[in-house]
Amino acid sequence: MSTIDYAQKIPNNVNLSDDRTLQRALEGWQPNFIQWWDDVGPEGSTDFEVYLRTAVSVDPQGWAQFGHVKMRDYRWGIFLNPGDANRQIHFGDHKGEKAWTDVPGEHRANLRRIIVTQGDTEPASVEQQRHLGLTAPSMYDLRNLFQINVEEGRHLWAMVYLLHKHFGRDGREEAEALLQRQSGDENNPRILGAFNEKTPDWLSFFMFTYFTDRDGKFQLAALSESAFDPLARTTKFMLTEEAHHMFVGESGVSRVIARTCQVMNELKTDDVQKVRAAGAIDLPTIQRYLNFHYSVTIDLFGADQSSNAATFYSSGLKGRYEEGKRDDDHLLKGQSYRVLEVQNGQLVDKEVPMLNALNEVLRDDFIKDSVAGVNRWNKVIEKAGIPLRLSVPHKAFNRQIGALAGLKLSPEGQVVSEAEWQARQAEWLPTAEDRAFVASLMGRVVEPGKFANWISPPVMGINRQPVDFEYVRFN
Amino acid sequence: MNAMTEAAVIRQHLIDPEICIRCNTCEATCPIGAITHDDRNYVVKADVCNGCMACISPCPTGSIDNWRTMPATRAYPVEEQLLWDELPPELTPEQLAEAGVATDAQAEAAVPVLAQAPAAAAATLAEAPFNSAAYGATTPPWSAAHAYTNLYPPKKPTTATVVGNINCTESGFASETHHVVLDFGSMPFPVLEGQSIGIIPPGVDANGKPHVARQYSVASPRNGERPGYNNVALTVKRVTEDHQGRPVRGVASNYVCDLKVGDTVQVVGPFGHSFLMPNHPRSHIVMICTGTGSAPMRAMTEWRRRLRKSGRFEGGKLMLFFGARTPQELPYFGPLQTLPKDFIDINLAFSRQPDQPRRYVQDLMRERAADLAALLKDSHTHFYVCGLKSMEEGVVLALRDVAEQAGLPWDTLGPVLKAEGRLHLETY
Repeated sequence: MSTIDYAQKIPNNVNLSDDRTLQRALEGWQPNFIQWWDDVGPEGSTDFEVYLRTAVSVDPQGWAQFGHVKMRDYRWGIFLNPGDANRQIHFGDHKGEKAWTDVPGEHRANLRRIIVTQGDTEPASVEQQRHLGLTAPSMYDLRNLFQINVEEGRHLWAMVYLLHKHFGRDGREEAEALLQRQSGDENNPRILGAFNEKTPDWLSFFMFTYFTDRDGKFQLAALSESAFDPLARTTKFMLTEEAHHMFVGESGVSRVIARTCQVMNELKTDDVQKVRAAGAIDLPTIQRYLNFHYSVTIDLFGADQSSNAATFYSSGLKGRYEEGKRDDDHLLKGQSYRVLEVQNGQLVDKEVPMLNALNEVLRDDFIKDSVAGVNRWNKVIEKAGIPLRLSVPHKAFNRQIGALAGLKLSPEGQVVSEAEWQARQAEWLPTAEDRAFVASLMGRVVEPGKFANWISPPVMGINRQPVDFEYVRFN
Repeated sequence: MNAMTEAAVIRQHLIDPEICIRCNTCEATCPIGAITHDDRNYVVKADVCNGCMACISPCPTGSIDNWRTMPATRAYPVEEQLLWDELPPELTPEQLAEAGVATDAQAEAAVPVLAQAPAAAAATLAEAPFNSAAYGATTPPWSAAHAYTNLYPPKKPTTATVVGNINCTESGFASETHHVVLDFGSMPFPVLEGQSIGIIPPGVDANGKPHVARQYSVASPRNGERPGYNNVALTVKRVTEDHQGRPVRGVASNYVCDLKVGDTVQVVGPFGHSFLMPNHPRSHIVMICTGTGSAPMRAMTEWRRRLRKSGRFEGGKLMLFFGARTPQELPYFGPLQTLPKDFIDINLAFSRQPDQPRRYVQDLMRERAADLAALLKDSHTHFYVCGLKSMEEGVVLALRDVAEQAGLPWDTLGPVLKAEGRLHLETY
């Protein structure tokens, strides 16, 4: 049941051939997708054979098959986790009713909006990362980048399938538009701000995959609770793939830190200039990159008070992270949650109805998860015997969305004047000079087993292969 | 082996908190709810986990694949695992012995070895979890000859005389590998193809203790490198750098490679009672090796060649997958080229050939999937893997994939190969 049919033009486990109209519609979209990949996919990679993970079924035994394939030939397709015919809606006003296999008319617009927004992020990150292959710090990292790229491409397929299958002509038009918007395009940008930022270097990439793909984890986890069963099943499988992306980010930053600490200990210095001169990225620069990516990413969760979020929850479209594991009434009516707001120039807690604060609930879950990972990075520094520690900035730092947007705060959470913000911004966020320095380290290293000077080798290879395995064949 | 029953032992499944990224994939995948987490760690409940391995391949980090041999009564509880910042080390044999668990069931385990038998402890446990080593047979093929072991234990070595020592790789290359022939004179030293012997380098180590024996697979057939004489051949690579490429001088390998004809050496053994070739005339042998892992393969091939020459062998196929960085570094490259194609099906993988894509033995195995699948279906086929530890996983995974693609579920086939003594792993 869960096996994927690769004999078809569009690999799938949803019996696509039984629905000729849908099949033809998706086959019509496919060449546009390939054209998009050729135009804005990983630059110069057409002939590379990459050691990619591909699913042959969605059960544990089948979904991680490894082999060298050209990315263009990667078997993008439509894979849904197995369904449960008796699944019940487990939160919101429809709690206890049977989960929907079709879109209820009254929720059509909201569901389409959710799916389009999620779908828009998937190709965006491929576009943001398309030049990174030219400056990979190792063949191992290059392969990881490409694995992420193809899976983001497949996640786009996952959302496009839902649009085509369940939203008729509107859905087909939205699916077309997903290939027309482009990251950073002035006239036709991607929907969410973070996906229009540049990913110019590998430190940014690792921060992006740590923080922003972690946003993906929380959004997908919330969607995998959905009363709309096809969305729940689709996102469940996407979550399995998403884990690798976060792994690349967490281990990537951790390896950068490990190398920095090694250089600091070798030179017996914490002098930023000396560390930089030795070709490693100093810890204060890493902290500034962290501040930037963290603050940009927590904006992705949306406004701290949102009536849309309340509607999505009450109507069963989008649950909370780990909804099924929470032991409350799953209706949340009459409950409250604390959000931050500014009164008289000071940050204060304010109780608001829980339903309206669900974006904030998800953001706080994300923050908890992020902080735990930053503490794991700190373990690396601690092990090296260096006293400095990294930390995430205050939730209200550098925010552009919601009630906190535009507020001037130090990373520690002190409200500061515009003048102080201007004066100290360079301490808190990456400067042009920081970015230029990091960019200066980005030379291409792709000989098996060799690594750029600013990053340590990983603890182990992919799929138990050795670290010096030939992960990419440049034919 | 009896000691195993004295204390119940488990292979406890643990997650490495230093590598785990807390992505929740394992918990979401586990079919029986054996994995749980708090804000700090993801952990496995020892009393629930049945070692089904469903969580292993979906994990993006590799942190999930950690196992500890533990007395069942002392399994790490969830509460303790949740507090870990790093994995505890394996219990030492002494600690296990204290808890009533025997680990040195096999005599040769007492000898520190280069070429070690597959994880004996894991393999003898009733519920050994999946890992490639767990598929290695601990019993010989049914038609194997009976092997003598431990005629000369570490405390009572015998003496052999060097009667030959040649470089069997092209000279001038880093991977200098020697073919060394030892003669036992009138001392009995019967060996079978696939067995190994130990050599004790003279002198003492940095702590002033006598060197321990280093183990080498026998590269000659049962009737001697020179037929009818009481001698054996070894394939020994001169170790000049460690796995990270740092210069290091291997004590035993340099001692053996520098031996002159007429020198005498202290020898212990023979060792090994399962990595043995089948004698059944229609048995097929698939050999997969890298570097000096070729020694037992050379022994088996040469025995088959002698049998064939004498007209006493028909039918059984030989298939060889042999990997090295370059042809110049491949031991026995010249002699291999002269073997008749209808006698042995040779597949060479070179990983550092200029202007060529890198190829590893498992790549070749996948290319020869159709032929391997036919052999896998034949109960007369035996598989032998010998080489560096890092090749083992890839090879067994390739074998599994070939089997699965041919409609042979590995969950069924793997244990059968092991139980029937048809899949042998010797990696180091």
